[in-house]
Amino acid sequence: MKVGIIGIGIAGFRTSTPEYSWKELTYEAASRAYHDAGVDPRKDVKAFVTCAEDYWEGFGIFDEFTPDQVGGALRPVCTVCGDGMHGLATAFMQIKTGLVDVVAVEAHSKISDLLTYEGVVQHALDPIWNKPLRGHPFYVAGMEMNAFLRASGNNEKQCAAVVEKNRNNALKNGIAAYGSPLDLNDVLTSEKMFDPLKKLEISGLADGAVVIVLASDTAARKLKRKPIWVKGVGWANDSPSLETREWTQAKYAELAAKMAYKLANIRNPRSAIDFAEVDDRFAYKELQHLESLGLAKKGEAGKMTARGDTQIDGKFPVNASGGSLGCGDVVEASGLHRVAEVALQLRGDAGKRQLDGVKTGLAQCWRGIPSTSGAVAILGVGP
Amino acid sequence: MRKVAVIGAGMTLFRRRLMETPKELCFEASRMALDSAGVEMKDVDAVISGSAPDAFDGVHMKGEYYSDGCGAYRKPYMRVYVGGGTGVFSAIAGWYHIASGLADIALVVNEEKMSSCMPHPQSVFAYIWDPILDRPLKPNLVWIFAMEMNRYMTIHNIKKEDIARVAVKNKRNAVGHPCAQLADPNITVDDVLNSEVMAWPVQRLDISPPSDGAAAVVMASEDAVKKLKVETPVWMKGVGWCIDSTMWTDRDLYFPEYVASAAKMAYKMAKIDNPRKQIDFAEPYDPFDYKELHHMEGLLLCKKGEAPILTREGVTQRDGDLPTCPSGGLLGVGNPIAATMGQKIGELYWQLSGQAGKRQIPHEIKTGVANAWGDLMQYGSVVVMGV
Repeated sequence: MKVGIIGIGIAGFRTSTPEYSWKELTYEAASRAYHDAGVDPRKDVKAFVTCAEDYWEGFGIFDEFTPDQVGGALRPVCTVCGDGMHGLATAFMQIKTGLVDVVAVEAHSKISDLLTYEGVVQHALDPIWNKPLRGHPFYVAGMEMNAFLRASGNNEKQCAAVVEKNRNNALKNGIAAYGSPLDLNDVLTSEKMFDPLKKLEISGLADGAVVIVLASDTAARKLKRKPIWVKGVGWANDSPSLETREWTQAKYAELAAKMAYKLANIRNPRSAIDFAEVDDRFAYKELQHLESLGLAKKGEAGKMTARGDTQIDGKFPVNASGGSLGCGDVVEASGLHRVAEVALQLRGDAGKRQLDGVKTGLAQCWRGIPSTSGAVAILGVGP
Repeated sequence: MRKVAVIGAGMTLFRRRLMETPKELCFEASRMALDSAGVEMKDVDAVISGSAPDAFDGVHMKGEYYSDGCGAYRKPYMRVYVGGGTGVFSAIAGWYHIASGLADIALVVNEEKMSSCMPHPQSVFAYIWDPILDRPLKPNLVWIFAMEMNRYMTIHNIKKEDIARVAVKNKRNAVGHPCAQLADPNITVDDVLNSEVMAWPVQRLDISPPSDGAAAVVMASEDAVKKLKVETPVWMKGVGWCIDSTMWTDRDLYFPEYVASAAKMAYKMAKIDNPRKQIDFAEPYDPFDYKELHHMEGLLLCKKGEAPILTREGVTQRDGDLPTCPSGGLLGVGNPIAATMGQKIGELYWQLSGQAGKRQIPHEIKTGVANAWGDLMQYGSVVVMGV
């Protein structure tokens, strides 16, 4: 059985959305996705998946608030505490069992409601060993950037080139919150926040919601839709403790990719995959992820970027959407947005940022500081 | 559809456990489950965890934090969270990991550490309400359950003592359970009826206690069961899950429609058309005594309003025709929300594989059903298991 994406809905992607509640934002994304898929959620969608974390939402039990805005009342709905891409993997599995044939996945960010972002992230650190050290938790990213650059031989200028590319790409993306014509120098001279990490290398937060409808091949045929196939999914964790994890590479990305490549029957990812949307919450992460995913040789991702290979017109476009740096960090919706973007490119619906002749794309996510949790999805077109 | 079996289970002591971190509780339960199944982490393809509010432990993304305690180091790992429904839903997540073909052996670990929430975990429940419609009224979970209990009693004209019989049965059943927190061999209906009134009609002994603990199960595909030569696999025959609208004030609380809907989904998959006849025993979710009755009706094991009568007649006793909560349930063993997987999925496994010791149902049993319930009186997760 094959599983494919038949509907995509995106809403928001602004630094704040005061006129919406998180329910209304999700409702908008859901309505668009159902319209796109040509389905009635009360009849055709057999199960629903939400991806959320209590602390981001400001609730004790957020699962309570998941059904109504996606049409899931009195239906099978579940919450996954993960990125939207973990939700995609959940829907993929639920369909593969044969129990349900159409599943909707939802992830959203209403992070502008959160007045204490730093404090919440701090609460994710080990309460005994790390939290008492205080300080902004992004110091973890600064330390990791340092470890990664030293070990891989990539440099700060190449990290800045990621920011220049992604924020300029975002100017071609109608929904992006952080499009800007800035250049390398602007990034290199921006304030050092968590040395060597600079202010412009950190993605700004944004509100946004993404809903994706998946279907089995049989259900897609019945609904007369031409799906973008989910050829492979993978997800993995490294050690959660700062003291024992891998700092120089993204082990979670490597393992998740291995799982997804196996499912998609891919031996040589660099030649089998045409483009990628990878996590770039911090600029160095794009380079680190490209290398861990096997899409760049170790130590080569920076050179690829500086040469322009990862530009929209380059040999291997990366984050043509603008990524998190350009579109905004939409927390748990980040990965699902990357999946949506890869699917839009493969459908030929990516507008001004459309890539030519792409057939297979990769989307990858990471759950942010201080997690070592990530997922990979490989999408493709074809019969 | 690929067949999936539970091949091992583990469960920690349920208590206020100040000396252990959430990671350590997860480790303890995981180790027990792996030993019981005779497998090691290298054999496990995926890890699934379940836990309720992060605010109990006071850790944001707590699933990530305790992941190494669950053995998820460098493994595919996912945490599911459907409020109190997590106790059974995470087993459903384990099922779809294997039934989909993505994993052959999966470890499911549920953890809850409520004692670090000071002064009482009830304070977390102040943040579960709609911020505009409910929160200004400063509601408390016991109050809304009192409303639900009252509605159920009023519609069916049920006497308080018939409900108290459930607490007595479960606390007595828990005697002999190695993890039990509130087992009591001598408790009587009068003890329950004379206990402190929390919010009428709910009294102290109608409620299960908050607790710390963890539970874990190992699941395997049919191929893995053969390869490992498992002697007593217990098969996952049916799964179902359902959530009702957030607007709990808009529905009639006397019957859990969402549990019935989840049960129908599970029974359809398990090819059960007459649950009362085809199911030999049940582990209905019993955080409050009336909930066991409510859930027996939701699980379609009896007619609406009939559950208190069956209880009074002794049908639901361990040696009765339809034993319910032979584990001692949440009322007897304790209620560390998600970790109650131990009394629900764990108990179905132990009973059906004949490993329940002093709690073993004396007659032959082939099929059991368990459910968990959560969120704002809106979530139902149901699993049917059999041999």
